[in-house]
Amino acid sequence: MGIIKALKVGFDYFKYDDDGNIQETQRAVDDVSVDIQEGEFVAILGHNGSGKSTFAKHINALLLPTEGTVWIDKMDTLKEPELWKIRQKAGMVFQNPDNQIIGTVVEEDVGFGPENMGVPTEDIWKRVEESLSKTGMTAYRHHSPNKLSGGQKQRVAIAGVMAMRPRCIVLDEPTAMLDPNGRKEVLDAVHQLNRQEKVTVVLITHYMEEVIQADHVYVMDEGHVVMEGTPREIFSQVETLKKYRLDVPQVTLLAHELKKSGVDLPDGILTTEELVNALCQ
Amino acid sequence: MSIELKNVTYTYSPGTAYEIHALKDINLNIPDGQFIGVIGHTGSGKSTLIQHLNALIRPTSGTILYNGEDVWAEKYDRRSLRSQVGLVFQYPEHQLFESDVLSDVCFGPMNQGMSREEAEKEAKKALLQVGFKEKNFSKSPFELSGGQKKRVAIAGVLAMNPKILILDEPTAGLDPKGRDEILDQIAELHKVRGITIILVSHSMEDVAKYVERLIVVNHGEIAFDDTPRKVFAHYQELETMGLAAPQITYIMHALKEKGLDVDPDATTVEEAAKDILRTLKETGSPLLKGGHNDD
Repeated sequence: MGIIKALKVGFDYFKYDDDGNIQETQRAVDDVSVDIQEGEFVAILGHNGSGKSTFAKHINALLLPTEGTVWIDKMDTLKEPELWKIRQKAGMVFQNPDNQIIGTVVEEDVGFGPENMGVPTEDIWKRVEESLSKTGMTAYRHHSPNKLSGGQKQRVAIAGVMAMRPRCIVLDEPTAMLDPNGRKEVLDAVHQLNRQEKVTVVLITHYMEEVIQADHVYVMDEGHVVMEGTPREIFSQVETLKKYRLDVPQVTLLAHELKKSGVDLPDGILTTEELVNALCQ
Repeated sequence: MSIELKNVTYTYSPGTAYEIHALKDINLNIPDGQFIGVIGHTGSGKSTLIQHLNALIRPTSGTILYNGEDVWAEKYDRRSLRSQVGLVFQYPEHQLFESDVLSDVCFGPMNQGMSREEAEKEAKKALLQVGFKEKNFSKSPFELSGGQKKRVAIAGVLAMNPKILILDEPTAGLDPKGRDEILDQIAELHKVRGITIILVSHSMEDVAKYVERLIVVNHGEIAFDDTPRKVFAHYQELETMGLAAPQITYIMHALKEKGLDVDPDATTVEEAAKDILRTLKETGSPLLKGGHNDD
């Protein structure tokens, strides 16, 4: 069993009428099974409303399955006494950095998590220092978060999660609101955590370019996992992805278009380098 | 009909320790009917710039002319200006507040003095033009998906019949298909209504695909103002500004460096594919066997 395991997970949202009776049920996640190994970098793709964020919220027990089971490090999320332990194992970073920063000084914000967990004061400072250094934010420790750029704010949010020393971190469209530079800063920080700290990463994104370095990709549609595989396996299927309202990186699309016009190229080209090498042999 | 900025400077908190020069001596002419892209990193001043265009912000110094008239002159009707220059903010879906979609879109035109009946006519036209289905007109805005909410918000501004439509990152957070749909519809509006579109975006791929003129804002100044092709040719300078070029630009430059005779200034997948094929044909590349060649 991997660090994150879901078995036949289903989740319903309820719509209530004015008297509080259930008026409508909507199945947001249906029959989803995944097994993510410790240290993996996993990406989840899917259009708006495909159920990917709802599923992601099961990983740190913000939502509990209506059907099926989710285990985080072998702990069943439905067994309530373990909820806090689960949330310390699996941290979450959301889309809007302004919604998740609460401190008035960067280092205090990063220290909030461990303080809440009851970590002794001197340990908190040690963890704050470590987390800031891991996300490259040490130079800003005494700054006010609202003076930072979007990419810097997201790195503070990630540092805040890292200070709780989680084993996995779930990022729900962490770069949607950032400029190109901010996107790069955040992704570099996440990849570094994955490589050096062996933190398991689950990245949800609409930017196809951010997925090519993942170990494994899941594609969701209407609450189901409809495709899974390596980025190369997934992005070889340009037409199928389009059917699911998704896209491929521009380089993959260019290779696909050239191939359609009769150029002899391998399937699933993912990087500029691969395309250039294939064209200039 | 045009907007003209002459020596516009804007300073936040002047005379205090927090003084920031957000815009420095900007000169800009926006004639009718263009499709313009604005890019710049977070904090570059681009949002401050677009808020000057419909007089939400008064410049610290300099002049803003709309159709030749100074919009900050004493008797100038800025209220009417704001309905002619429509601004759709980032995350416009947070600004929906009515109980049903149609009423929400009617709010703007009714505020302009239209009757509910007239406003509904404009609202329906605007909603259909952004690709919003009639069967959903009576839904609550809160029941809609992200893409639908954005359409409603854009329709809300469109229903006021603006001559100029400014959109601040209208596709942030949308899936790829939703992004293409919204941008295609904006391009269609540009064509059908002939209105000027100013699109603020963080996606270099999107501006490369849609706009005819690209303005790059950096440190409160205009760094480039040209066609996307010409602007992205400066990709190394753009990187120092926290920006980038579309992935295609990098591919074409890398191919050129390896000796393939391609046009390094191609910025879209279509342009690049066509140009690479041309080169492969001209050089009789062995990669071009089989397939369905037209010539």
